[in-house]
Amino acid sequence: MADSTTPIAASAATGEVAELPPSALVRQRTRAAWLFLLPTLIAMGLVAGWPLGRTFWFAFTDANLTDLTASQFVGFASLLSVIEDPDWWTTVWTTFRFALVSVSLETVLGLIIALTLNAQFPGRGVARASVLVPWAIPTVVSARMWAWMFNDIYGVINAIFLKVGLISEPMAWTAEPSLSFAAVVAVDVWKTTPFMALLILAALQMLPGDIYEAAKIDGSGPIRTFFQVTLPLLKGPLMVAIIFRMLDALRVFDVFFVLTGGSTDTMPMAGYARQRMFEYQEIGVGSAAATLLFAIIAVFTAVYMVVGRVNVGGEA
Amino acid sequence: MKKVLAGLVAVVALATPGLARAEKLVIACGSVGKEADLCKQGAEAWAKKAGHTVELMSVPQDAGQQLAQFQQLLAAGSSDVDVIRIDVVWPGMVANHFVDLKPYFPDDVLKQHFQPIVQNNTVNGKLIAIPWFTDAGLLYYRKDLLEKYGQKPPTTWQELATSAQAVLDGEKKAGNTKLVGFVFQGKAYEGLTCNALEWIDSFKGGTIVDSSGQVTVNNPKAAEAIDFFAGLMGNVVPKGVLNYQEEEARNAFQAGNAVFMRNWPYAWALANSKDSPVAGKVGVMALPKGGADGKATGTLGGWQLGVSKYSKNAPLAAELVKYLTSAEEQKRRAIEGSFNPTIMSLYKDADLLKANPFMGNLYETFVNAVPRPTITGAKYNQVSTEFRNGVYSTLSGKGKAADNLKKVEAKLKTLGKNGKW
Repeated sequence: MADSTTPIAASAATGEVAELPPSALVRQRTRAAWLFLLPTLIAMGLVAGWPLGRTFWFAFTDANLTDLTASQFVGFASLLSVIEDPDWWTTVWTTFRFALVSVSLETVLGLIIALTLNAQFPGRGVARASVLVPWAIPTVVSARMWAWMFNDIYGVINAIFLKVGLISEPMAWTAEPSLSFAAVVAVDVWKTTPFMALLILAALQMLPGDIYEAAKIDGSGPIRTFFQVTLPLLKGPLMVAIIFRMLDALRVFDVFFVLTGGSTDTMPMAGYARQRMFEYQEIGVGSAAATLLFAIIAVFTAVYMVVGRVNVGGEA
Repeated sequence: MKKVLAGLVAVVALATPGLARAEKLVIACGSVGKEADLCKQGAEAWAKKAGHTVELMSVPQDAGQQLAQFQQLLAAGSSDVDVIRIDVVWPGMVANHFVDLKPYFPDDVLKQHFQPIVQNNTVNGKLIAIPWFTDAGLLYYRKDLLEKYGQKPPTTWQELATSAQAVLDGEKKAGNTKLVGFVFQGKAYEGLTCNALEWIDSFKGGTIVDSSGQVTVNNPKAAEAIDFFAGLMGNVVPKGVLNYQEEEARNAFQAGNAVFMRNWPYAWALANSKDSPVAGKVGVMALPKGGADGKATGTLGGWQLGVSKYSKNAPLAAELVKYLTSAEEQKRRAIEGSFNPTIMSLYKDADLLKANPFMGNLYETFVNAVPRPTITGAKYNQVSTEFRNGVYSTLSGKGKAADNLKKVEAKLKTLGKNGKW
């Protein structure tokens, strides 16, 4: 997402934003850029902006599915009723715990896989393609598939663990709140590690080879090279990859919905919003929860970008 | 040439005023077990007779999720569905979106059905749905296994636990490691509300909210009942039931992996179907009592058919409802799918009783089933969710029933503003 007003020649040459007045060509290009973006912006406004705005509006009403036309403006009452609900905070805690644990695991595993796939070995193309398979399966399908594998009576996971001797009796993986959290994390890690690996691999391939030659000549071993050369160079792309995954993980819904029992103990924030909106028919309060979810993610992202000095603009 | 053709079409159209245009109706019925098949057959039989077409809308198995789906369609005023299957606890929540069926159903037709159900479907004087089938929780058991270990069908939950344990001990020794004692619907969804209400009522612990709107759920009998079942978790009852709905429980039982199962009547026809591994080995009875001085009970379930207010063809949709809820169709559904009729006279029908002997024996159970607290009206789903979350916590080992029920009571009291539902 390059800033369209940045003069291209200047930024390419000096790497900093130019203070020169924009030339005629630049102005023409800027106009063209906006013209080309216009259809997309209109489409986005219609399919994303309008529902989002409507949700924000509903958050300040007492709208109810029984009769949407009777809804009235209630100020912050709906938001307050979410904030005052201890169940909401349970779901916030669950969501953050889930996001932190699963994204950490995905980052580490993705890094390992990317480094492996970056090496030259026969069959690398096939390996790269096959790693992507879990990512290609829709979450609902993969979660359903795992639900069967996790089944307490006929599930294959219990069968394997029992045979190997890891457990002495079948476990109810998706039923007990403590186990089901681990199960959900496992499925999410299985599904999205390929995404992490792919992003990291792309970054790895951009790294200049001469630095590695220099490191080799200086007598740096592989581990030292990784921590002192690869990791610092990867930092930017890695931070961006992590934030993409974090945003995704914080608004998680489907894995939990398919795999776990549906009690408040095992519900993410999005699940809470859905429950208030559709099961309780309180569109107003549900929208308030959805708005809070949006705000929490926005604040979290802002803090992360400031603290991690992440530049998504791509000029740094 | 074109003019001639157009003229011909016009003449044909004018000459046959009685021949109504073939219309397409959409019906949303259930998807548990073989419900979808039976519904399709019934709807198609009507369509063929009436010269129209009927399409089935696919719905989730979980009633709560079905409601969520319908609510969105209805709130948007969508005409995508004409006939909707309504749960016995929904009328208070959805009445606004349904057509008053009184003009289409004369009194003498309505009088044939169980009257409490007809009353339940009447909201503010408006008849929003016609009874289709009724339900109550039943206990299924393995006759062969109980006989093998000299056990009698249990009359109390406590006996059920000891019988199950005896069978399990014996079968484990014989190398049957997959067998479990008792399965029910333990996932935190509407099914758990039904199960837990049965436990509480069988221990004489009341009905969560009483008929005057007072929250009664926090009482020693109710706590005793839930603690009793929490105590079974992990030994007689596998912890996996905490994620079971109707079909998961039935799958375990029908595969021969459970001694006892709590389920609705529909499971009878499937457990005894030709390809069922336990066919002929299954017994069915009323649910046990909570101790010697408890009572045998079952939660009242059941489904009705209503016509959406946004249907473009309400009179025709009402015709479809009339056909599907008729005695003839209810009898067919009872024989093929063991769905309990709502027409009283059918309980004396010989063919029906031959296919479902329990329907005659357990007539009293069906008639006296315990209703869920629908006095809570539009807030029923919240009440049900709070209640089942408290039960779920106790079952999964998070605290004692007394403490959890106290929390439920506090929440319900704020929801209901101290009994003013």
